[in-house]
Amino acid sequence: MSAGGPWTIASIQTSLRTKKISAREITTEFYADIDRRNPSLNAYLALSRDRAFAQADRVDVATACGEKLGPLAGVPIAVKDVINTAGVRTTCGSKILETYVPPYDATAVARLEKAGAIILGKTNCDEFAMGSSNENSAYGPVRNPAALDRVPGGSSGGSAAAVAAGLAVAALGTDTGGSIRQPGACCGIPAMMPTYGRVSRYGLIAFASSLDRIGPFARNIADATAVMSVIAGHDENDATSAAVSVPDYAAEIEPPVAELRIGVPEEYFGQGIDAEVKDKVLAGIALLEKLGCRRVPLKMPHTEYAIATYYIIATAEASSNLARYDGVRYGLRVPGSTLIEMYRKTRERGFGAEVKRRLMLGTYALSSGYYDAYYLRAQKVRALIARDFSEAFEKVDAIVTPTTPTPAFKLGEKTSDPLQMYLADIYTVTGSLSGIPGISVPCGETRGQLPIGMQILGPRFSESRVLQLARAFEKAGGFTI
Amino acid sequence: MTISREDVLRVAELAHLELTPEEAELYRGQLDEILNYIGKLQQLDVTNVEPMTQMSSQTVAASGEPRPGAESDLREDTLLPCHIADAVLEQAPDAVKPFFRVPRVIER
Repeated sequence: MSAGGPWTIASIQTSLRTKKISAREITTEFYADIDRRNPSLNAYLALSRDRAFAQADRVDVATACGEKLGPLAGVPIAVKDVINTAGVRTTCGSKILETYVPPYDATAVARLEKAGAIILGKTNCDEFAMGSSNENSAYGPVRNPAALDRVPGGSSGGSAAAVAAGLAVAALGTDTGGSIRQPGACCGIPAMMPTYGRVSRYGLIAFASSLDRIGPFARNIADATAVMSVIAGHDENDATSAAVSVPDYAAEIEPPVAELRIGVPEEYFGQGIDAEVKDKVLAGIALLEKLGCRRVPLKMPHTEYAIATYYIIATAEASSNLARYDGVRYGLRVPGSTLIEMYRKTRERGFGAEVKRRLMLGTYALSSGYYDAYYLRAQKVRALIARDFSEAFEKVDAIVTPTTPTPAFKLGEKTSDPLQMYLADIYTVTGSLSGIPGISVPCGETRGQLPIGMQILGPRFSESRVLQLARAFEKAGGFTI
Repeated sequence: MTISREDVLRVAELAHLELTPEEAELYRGQLDEILNYIGKLQQLDVTNVEPMTQMSSQTVAASGEPRPGAESDLREDTLLPCHIADAVLEQAPDAVKPFFRVPRVIER
């Protein structure tokens, strides 16, 4: 910790420039904290000490030589274990990749290091990012730093917990149906899902290709913005990355938010929402109104179909993407007398229960005789959900909702009921299906001191506006409302 | 919609999963509940709705709606040197360079 509280990107950069501390000392400090606290949190699955200290030394040499430092120089960052790191074990939280060491870096990781960031290690997650509680990791659940008997959310639970506990300044997560925003809300930190295609997915191990996105966790909006500025942008190694120029986010988030129109859809405040969550998010919206935003009531009639749509599309895509785990090229192999027997035995032993459940659901939805009724219909409903948003964004500049219907639940509370677990994503899957960006920001706590998250959604490539609202909310004290 | 034990076993076979009898029964009940929930999509009228099949910005308008007929903007398909075979084979459970070795596929 720096003298003024937990490290931020700005305080690290100032301390490095004024030679108050070296990148090696900062890295040592973070590993000491991780060694002390990770056994109870289980946020990290692997630590990349050699790589981190080599990078810290490069930053220190550059500082000593008076070179211009990168925008993330000396900043310790954690990376979700579904994102490839060359030479550092990457398991996806699965037994089937227990021994996998990627031969290359994901573009997002390479960009972070090029900007001077120090990659501390790989964070725990639900197996192949499938889950909302981190309890589907083959390497044990993560515990929520705000309440150790509660889940941190999922699937990027390790990244959220590491940042919330101060065991990294920022982290990369991935969001397919809420897997960045929901754990951000549960752990009480800002967590951003960028527009589909905004951040390269080269080196991200695929779950559902029409939904997966990489985005940052941080403890404040300035830090989330700094990470976004580094990882955003086109990458010719990812055919789905967008050839859309990246604005100067840091400059664009500062103007006042007065006169922005914020839509509040009634469907996000109905049945199933916890009363304390509802009250705090409504108080958060009132605060934005005090800052001059105009509140516009909205109806988004297809919201209630989003979970059903999501669980068809995501599982169908997963059943195709995860066909590659067959014991042939990498990871686990369980011997069999024929090729097919080897596939079956390998997958039976290598995958956990939730992954198998989703692979079967997805295979069923795509199988002969059911394709039209399930997959094709889901793609049509997806278009209707996206249309709800495009029509809303003709009337409003952003949409504000709760991130989750309830605060973090207890470990084990929903593990026996998959459908109840799926419903934890009810407010986040809509943005995922529509390809738009969104951020979850802290919005006070329950009386039992559990964090509450407020979600801000904007049109495609409106990261600046989403971050601008988040920044104004933060400055006005919204995080502790 | 109800899913039978035979359905579960057939889907498991298609997905190359080998289920124990207990797993088959557990998944039958859970998939049944999930499929019943998903059945709510049948309530919606989707006639004349174009399916959203592509998400890339090239194929989706800024509003988020699909651009009918638009194709992805792909890069030139040019050959580049890529000397990664050794690094890739190092991860293989059973490799005989330059091949992956697997159990017999074709019976003689």
